[in-house]
Amino acid sequence: MIDRKDVEHVARLTRLALTEEELERMREQLNSILTHLDTLRGVDTEGVEPTAHAVDLVNVMREDEVEPCLPQDSMLANAPDRSGELFRVPRIIEE
Amino acid sequence: MSAPAHYEVVIGLEVHAQLLTRSKMFCGCPTTFGAAPNSQTCPVCQGMPGVLPVVNKKAIELAMRTALAFGCRVNPACRFARKHYYYPDMPKNYQISQYEEPLAEEGRLEIDIDGASRTIGIQRLHLEEDVGKLVHEGTLETAQASLVDFNRSGVPLMETVSKPDLRSPEEAAAYLKAFRAVLVFLGVCDGNMEEGSLRCDANVSLRPRGSTTLGTKVEIKNLNSFRNVQRALEFEVKRQAQALDAGEGIRQETRLWEADRGYTRSMRSKEYAHDYRYFPEPDLVPLRIDSRWVDEIQAALPELPRARRQRFVAQYGLPGYDADVLTQSRALGDYYEAVLREPAPSAGADRPKIVSNWVMSELLRVLPGDDERAIATSPIPPRHLAGLLRLIDDGTISGKIAKDVFQKMFDSREDAATIVGREGLTQVADETALGAIVDSVMAANPKAIDDFKRGKTVAKKSLFGQVMKATGGKANPTLVDRLLEDKLAKIQR
Amino acid sequence: MIHQPIHTLADAYRRGDLTPTAVAEAYLARIDALDRRVRAYLTIVREQALAAARESERRWRAGTPRGPLDGAPIALKDVLCTRGVRTTAGSKILDTFVPPYDATVVERLRAAGAVILGKTNLDEFAMGSSTEHSGFHPTRNPWDLTRVPGGSSGGSAAAVAAGMAAGGFGTDTGGSIRQPAAFCGVVGMKPTYGRVSRYGVVALASSLDQVGPFAQDVTDAAHLLGAVAGHDRRDATSIPAPVPDYAAELAKGVAGLTLGLPDEYFIDGMDPDVERAVRAAIEVLKGLGARVESVSLPTTRHALAAYYVILPAEASSNLARYDGVKFGLRVSAHDLVGMESRTRAAGFGAEVKRRIMLGTYALSAGYYDAYYGKAQSVRTLVRREFAAAFARVDLIVAPTTPNVAFKLGEKEDPLSMYLNDVFTIPGNLSGITGVSVPCGFSVSGLPIGLQILGRPLDEARVLRAAYAYEQATSWRGRRPDLP
Ligand SMILES: [Zn+2]
Repeated sequence: MIDRKDVEHVARLTRLALTEEELERMREQLNSILTHLDTLRGVDTEGVEPTAHAVDLVNVMREDEVEPCLPQDSMLANAPDRSGELFRVPRIIEE
Repeated sequence: MSAPAHYEVVIGLEVHAQLLTRSKMFCGCPTTFGAAPNSQTCPVCQGMPGVLPVVNKKAIELAMRTALAFGCRVNPACRFARKHYYYPDMPKNYQISQYEEPLAEEGRLEIDIDGASRTIGIQRLHLEEDVGKLVHEGTLETAQASLVDFNRSGVPLMETVSKPDLRSPEEAAAYLKAFRAVLVFLGVCDGNMEEGSLRCDANVSLRPRGSTTLGTKVEIKNLNSFRNVQRALEFEVKRQAQALDAGEGIRQETRLWEADRGYTRSMRSKEYAHDYRYFPEPDLVPLRIDSRWVDEIQAALPELPRARRQRFVAQYGLPGYDADVLTQSRALGDYYEAVLREPAPSAGADRPKIVSNWVMSELLRVLPGDDERAIATSPIPPRHLAGLLRLIDDGTISGKIAKDVFQKMFDSREDAATIVGREGLTQVADETALGAIVDSVMAANPKAIDDFKRGKTVAKKSLFGQVMKATGGKANPTLVDRLLEDKLAKIQR
Repeated sequence: MIHQPIHTLADAYRRGDLTPTAVAEAYLARIDALDRRVRAYLTIVREQALAAARESERRWRAGTPRGPLDGAPIALKDVLCTRGVRTTAGSKILDTFVPPYDATVVERLRAAGAVILGKTNLDEFAMGSSTEHSGFHPTRNPWDLTRVPGGSSGGSAAAVAAGMAAGGFGTDTGGSIRQPAAFCGVVGMKPTYGRVSRYGVVALASSLDQVGPFAQDVTDAAHLLGAVAGHDRRDATSIPAPVPDYAAELAKGVAGLTLGLPDEYFIDGMDPDVERAVRAAIEVLKGLGARVESVSLPTTRHALAAYYVILPAEASSNLARYDGVKFGLRVSAHDLVGMESRTRAAGFGAEVKRRIMLGTYALSAGYYDAYYGKAQSVRTLVRREFAAAFARVDLIVAPTTPNVAFKLGEKEDPLSMYLNDVFTIPGNLSGITGVSVPCGFSVSGLPIGLQILGRPLDEARVLRAAYAYEQATSWRGRRPDLP
C-alpha cells in the first residue's frame, strides 16, 4: 500500500505539481492498480533471466564519423524562451 | 592544514574525462570545443521527441584502452542504463550511463608521493554522455534566469572511480596528476582541465586512526584543477576534523567547492534527488566484449611512461634524469628509440647517452618535448638526426659544426649530408694539406713563435686559433693540435 | 475513387484513369466534409499533400513511378515526426512542437511517393485503447459515432475505415494498431520488434513500440509494410535482415500450414459474437487446407500485469524530457522546479500522469526488483512460451480483442480499459509479429478482428494467411454507413 507521503514523493521526483484532490485520487488509483500488479509476485521466476530487449542483437555501434549538425536556428526554433543563441530557463533555487 | 594526527583521512576520487572522439557518444555531431552556442547539436543530442542513440565504437575502444592500461578487468558483457534526475542542462532528464554492468572493474594506478611509490585501486570505469552547459545571468544566487548551451551534450565521458585508498589531499592531487598523464599518453583525453576535458569529484571521510570502519563520507564537486583538489580537500578535512572534535556528526551530503572563496558549501538540492531510478537503456542493445577484441586493444596499447622510464634506465644505462625527460611524451620516447635503431657503424658504447644529449639539448631547444604532435612531425626526423651523428662519428664534421648543421636541418628539413656537402662544411683532416696551413700560420706569426720559445705556452693557443680561422673552422681540431705540438717541439729543440 | 485500395489506385494511375492529384483532392474534400464528425485528424497538410500529389502525377505521366505507393494518400499517427509539420503525440504539452526532422518511416514513405494527408489523433502519448484520451478531442468510430475507434492509433484506423485516407500508419505498443483495426474493420499489422525503424517515433515504451500499417486490404498492408521495413542505422534495435517482397508471397495460400489455437485466448466474459466470428474464421482457414492444433500459453494471464509495470516504467523515463525547457508547452513560474512541475501538470492528461506516477514508483529505490525486475522475468516466460508454441505450429490464431467497440465514456475505470489489450499485449512482450484482419460483425453491426500471430520476422507468412482468409470471405466489401 502506498500512502499519501509516497505519492507526494513520487510526484516530486518526476516534477508533477498535483493538486490536493489529484494526490488523493492518485493514491487510490495507484493502490488499486498496484494490487493488480502484485499478482506478479505469485509467478515463479526463480532462475529466469529478465528480458530487457525483444531482439537478440548485440554490439550495434557506429563508426566515429562526424555528420552535419542541424542549423542552429532550427535547433532553437522550438524554445519556449531564449536569449540569443541560448535556451532560457527561470532561476534555479537550491532547495 | 592537514588533519590532526588522531584522524586518518580516507579519500576516493571520481574523475570524468572527455574522450578524444571526433563525434559525440550517441550521434554524429562534432565534439569541437568553443563553437557558437547550440550550433553543434542535432535532435539526438538535444533529446527531441522520437530520437534514438547509437553507440560510438571509438568511445568504447578508448575506454577499453584506458581500462587495460590500468590493469582493469574488461567485462565480457556490459550495457548502458538510464540514470534519472532533472536538470535543465540534461536534455532528456536522464543520462545514458552504465550502472550494474560497467565496462571495466578492478584496476590500479601507481602514484609517486614523497619519493615513494603507492598503488591506488581503481574500482570501476564506465562510459556515459556529457550534459550541456548552464550559465547563470549573474551569479547562481542572484540570477533571475539561467541559459543553456547543448553543444557539449552527448560528448563521450569516461568516469573512473578510485577505491578509497588515498590518505591525504597531497595523495589525491598526485593521483589526479598521474591519472591525467596516463590518459594524455594513451591519447584518450586531452587532459585540458580549464576547458573541462577532465573533471574531478571527491569522496572524503575521516576516521579515528586505527579504526577500520569508514566514517560518514561527503562528496565534493567542482574540483577542476590539481590545486583545487588539494585546497578543497584540505579545507574539507579540516572542517570535518573540527566538527568531529566538537562532537558534531558529519552529515552525508554533497558539497560544492567555491574556489574563489576557498570553502565548500552544502548543496541541499541534491539530497532527495539521489533516487536515480536506473534501468537498462531499452534503446541500446548490450555489448559483448570477447577476448579477441580485448587482445586487439591490448596489442595496440603503448608502453606507459612509468614502465618506459624504468626500461630506459635499465636497457640504455641512462641517468634517471634523462629517462624522465625522454618519457615526458609518447612521441619523444618513440623519437629517441627511433634514432637508436638507425645504423651507427662507428659509434661507441656510449651512443645511447650521446643521442640522449642531442635530443635533450638540441631537439628540445627547438621543440616542446610534451607536445606529441610537434615531436611526431619534427622537421628533423629521427633518421636525419642519426645521419648527423654518423658524420661526427666518422670525423667528417666536428661536433661544433654539427650544432650549426642541426639548426640548418631544422630550418630546411634537409638531411645532414646534403647540407654539409653543399656548404663545404667537411672538416679538413688531410695531414699534408693541414701541415702546410700550419707552416704558413707559423711563418706569419714570428712573435708567437718567439713567445713560445720563451716558455709562454699560451702562444700555442693563439696559433691554434689562427689555423682554425684559416680553415673556416673546418679543420679537424685534434689533428691541428697534434701538428702544432710536433712542429713547435722541433723549434724548441 | 474513395474506398479503393492503394494497389487498385496504382493500377488506375498506370492506365491514366485517375491521377494522384484528383485522388488527393477527393480525399481532402471528404476529410473536409466528414472529419468534423469522426475527428480522426489533428493536423491536415493540404498544400503539402497537393504538392506531393502533383509530383507523383508527373512521375506517373513520365512512366517513372517509384512503386506501388506512389500517389497513395495516407494518414500518419501523430507520433511520427514530420519535418516542419507540428507533431503533438496527442498531447497539449507538444501542441506547438514542430520537429526539424523526419522519422525514418516518414522519410521512406516520401521516398516511395506516398502523399501524406495529415497527422491523426491518438490517446495522449499512445496511452490508451480508445482515442478518448487525446489531449485535443476524442475520435469516433465510423461504424457507430457513439462508439470509440479503439486506440491508441484510433485516428489512423478511423481515417482508413471512413475513407479519409487510403492507408495509414500507427504504432503498436500493447495492441494499439491491431485493436483499433479490429474495432474499425480494417487490416492492421504489428511487425516484429526491430523490423521497422523507431527513429523519429515519439516513444511510449521503447522496448515494446513498433510502427505498422493500417490498410483497406491485406495486399495494401503488404505494400505499406514493404515500403517502411528494413534496417536503419539510426535505430540500434533495428534488425539487419533483408526485407522480402511481401506482396509477392501473398497468394501462396495456407494449405499445409499448422495453426495454433491458444485456449487462454478464449476467456470468460468475452463477447459471444467475437468468439463465434473467430471460431468461424478458423473453420474457413481449415477449409483452405490449414491444420489446427491447440497450444498453451499459460503466462498470458500474467502478461497484462507485467505489461503495466514495463510500460509505465519506460514511459515515465521517455516522458521526462517534456519539461518546458527546450520545446513544447511552458507554464511560467518564478523558479525552475516550479516551471517544470506546473508545465508537466498542465500539459499532461490524467492517464499520462497516472502512468508516469506508476512507472516512477515502480523504478524507485526499493521497488525495482519487485516490479520492473519481476516483470522482465515474466516477459522471458512469455517469450519462451511463444517460442515453444512456434516450434510446433506456423502461426497462432486468436481474437484480436475480447469485445467489439464500446461506447465513449463507457470505460472510466483504468483497469477495465487495460483489459482491452489482453490478447494483444503478449505479442508486444515477446516481440513477435501479428495482424488483425476483419472477420465479421457483431449482431449490433460492429466489426470483429481475427488476430494472426507469427514468429519473429515471419511477416510474409502472417500476411499470406490473412490474405487467404480475406480472399475466401467478403467482409472487406462492407463499408460504414457514412455519406
Ligand atoms: Zn547531435
